[in-house]
Amino acid sequence: MTSQPVKSLVVPAHPHPLLAPEKNEGWGKIRKAYDNAREIIEQTDADVLVIYSTLWPSIIGHQIQAHPNPEWVLVDPDFHDLGSIPYQIRVDTELAEAWHQANQNRGLESRKVAYDGFPIDVGSVVACKLLNPDNRLPVVICSSNVYANRAETTVLAKSCLDAINSLGRKAIAVSIMSLSNRMFTTPIQPHDDHIHSAKDDEWNLKILEFLGAGRLEDVAQLSRTIHHQIRVQKVVAFKPMWWLSSMNQHRNNLTGEVLGYEPIHGAGAAVVVLDPTSSGQGDKEYDEDSIETFAGDRDVLGERKDQDSVESEDRSSHTQHPELWEPTDTHTSVNSHEAPKPVGAYPHARREGNILYLSGVGPRQPGTSQIPGGAIKDADGKAVDYDIKAQTRAVVSNIEKILHEAGASLENIVDVTTFLIDMDRDFKGYNEVWAETLGVYGPTRTTIAIKALPTPIAVEMKVVARFGDD
Amino acid sequence: MAEGQIVAGLLAPHPPHLVYAENPPQNEPTSEGGWEQLRWGYERLRKSLEDVDYDCIVILSPHWQTYVGTHFLGLERFESLSVDPIFPNLFRFKYDVSVDVELSKAIHDHAKEDGMAVKMMENPDFRIDYGTITSCHMIRPEWDKPIVSISSNRGHAYYSVEVMQEMMIQLGKATRKAILESGKKCVIVASNSLSHRHFTTESEVPEDMSVEHISSHAMHLWDMRMIELMRSGKSQQIVNEMPEFVEQAIAESDGGALTWMLSVLDMPDEPAILHGYGTIIGTGNAIMEWPSRNWRENS
Ligand SMILES: [Fe+2]
Repeated sequence: MTSQPVKSLVVPAHPHPLLAPEKNEGWGKIRKAYDNAREIIEQTDADVLVIYSTLWPSIIGHQIQAHPNPEWVLVDPDFHDLGSIPYQIRVDTELAEAWHQANQNRGLESRKVAYDGFPIDVGSVVACKLLNPDNRLPVVICSSNVYANRAETTVLAKSCLDAINSLGRKAIAVSIMSLSNRMFTTPIQPHDDHIHSAKDDEWNLKILEFLGAGRLEDVAQLSRTIHHQIRVQKVVAFKPMWWLSSMNQHRNNLTGEVLGYEPIHGAGAAVVVLDPTSSGQGDKEYDEDSIETFAGDRDVLGERKDQDSVESEDRSSHTQHPELWEPTDTHTSVNSHEAPKPVGAYPHARREGNILYLSGVGPRQPGTSQIPGGAIKDADGKAVDYDIKAQTRAVVSNIEKILHEAGASLENIVDVTTFLIDMDRDFKGYNEVWAETLGVYGPTRTTIAIKALPTPIAVEMKVVARFGDD
Repeated sequence: MAEGQIVAGLLAPHPPHLVYAENPPQNEPTSEGGWEQLRWGYERLRKSLEDVDYDCIVILSPHWQTYVGTHFLGLERFESLSVDPIFPNLFRFKYDVSVDVELSKAIHDHAKEDGMAVKMMENPDFRIDYGTITSCHMIRPEWDKPIVSISSNRGHAYYSVEVMQEMMIQLGKATRKAILESGKKCVIVASNSLSHRHFTTESEVPEDMSVEHISSHAMHLWDMRMIELMRSGKSQQIVNEMPEFVEQAIAESDGGALTWMLSVLDMPDEPAILHGYGTIIGTGNAIMEWPSRNWRENS
């Protein structure tokens, strides 16, 4: 079972609670809420703060701060008259590296940044100073890519969880963001501060009502609406709740507590703590899926596909499958809810002594039957372009889930037989992903070309694993 | 006191790649070159300004982004390290900049009189944005002229391109008035690219020119259209087409610099000189000069 963060936090972005809590009652209250959140963190056994900051935009992929000890004196570009913020931050460089690797494994463009004087954003600095004075915990900070949308941001959280789990960290997840982000465009006196409009205020209260009830995924699913209703469109999408909800496995029954909600120069500033303990509320139905690997957004600017063909490709990846079966259940079978359902009467895996035999595993996603990287043909059976690397990554991810269910991991694999439907086209890409993933653990491998597979996929693997010495 | 003068208006884009490729001593990362078309364009610009006498560079960069009005640097000297947040691998530049606080304050005061929200930036720890540093370095690597650095108010994000342009036209008029009253000779710099769709990946060797090209044909068409309008002195048409340009080419002129500069030059009908055009990580960049010192009705 993949673990969730010990706690998840929503905290505001502006420097007022740090630099001028005495100047306005609301700013002081946010400062108190920050202090309260700090105490809550101190009572946990967390060993790292993982920060996603909406104030750190990136263009070349997702950037992860990897300098062991960033140090600077920060001045806010707007609120420079409130004073300077000297900071020194302790970074968990091992986790930064692991997250960076995990991003790449899941198809994301990723970069580490480790440069003296790198401009860490004001939101991250304020959060580190207030939640983690004296650097009691190390932190990892990730940027908010300007071109990323929901799929990419969802996967970014999953790779973060991969990294946290692989190192056995206990993490606090922190999303730095305003709720409504419309500020006053002229200087104001501190005592005149209020939420910019009644509409912004109502939306903020609705969001906080949901978060207070632990309905994080509901807020994430509302992100596009929130973006249009109460966000100044500085970037193309409102992303932080996608990240935070994916960090919490899209759950809607967390336990939430709103520690503070006040205006900062007109914007909605809130401190919220979410706990993985179930609130007992039922989960909602979602209309957006939770993908595992990123295989690119739809190529809307490309010349290869028009809207129709994109749609038919989408349709094909949902509809072309044979009937799905419940995995066969016997006393030695191993079946996982996280893996795609079989297309016949067989289990996901079967354990014989200390050997685990897996049924052939493809890239198909559980629940949605989507194929990362796209199906190999459309609804009319016409061949379409697909990404073999994304498909191969998804196969590995499905294998990992089945092994996980059996209490094993990729390291336990001893032998793999791979079936490709187009050796000439796909061997190279498949082989690259292999080298980055399974190849690291050194199982034996045989790759053969075959005419077809039962679903519109290009790669399938047959895996044998062995448990530790017994 | 003689009336001040605007000796030139410039469109001077600021991708740090250009500084990186020239390997000046102030910048830590080193390269094998690259983006020569643009760097030689800046060379032609420098040549053009070589014998021109001026006191100050007045620059507006989209990378000092302010949401609460327009801000002006208000201390005489800033010295620090500028690290590009997007390309920290290319740009870690030690700068030492002097500011013409008197002129800065005069523009601030005029804008304030005209009802704009303005603020002087007087915190000595403030770090000057990398756009300002890059454009100023490429224009005048000697760093011997004081600058006036003006923030980019995000009127576009808050309202629309139209509202942003109204604000920038007003700011341009205040800037012009202050300069003419000051008796100083100034170069006006709009620090921005044209089309601004980036690649989302970078090649192993950033200066590998075999992968550099415009991000799409549509972006190229927009860039050429805008350059042609500038070359034929159609300032008002540029302003008129700006909303479409910003939307369709994700143009960096959304920060207001280009509109402001044209307004400081009083929406010139005279043609601008193209010193160079090239792409940087997919974005379109033109180096242009409006040699207003040579115009009959001198600005
Ligand atoms: Fe820029």
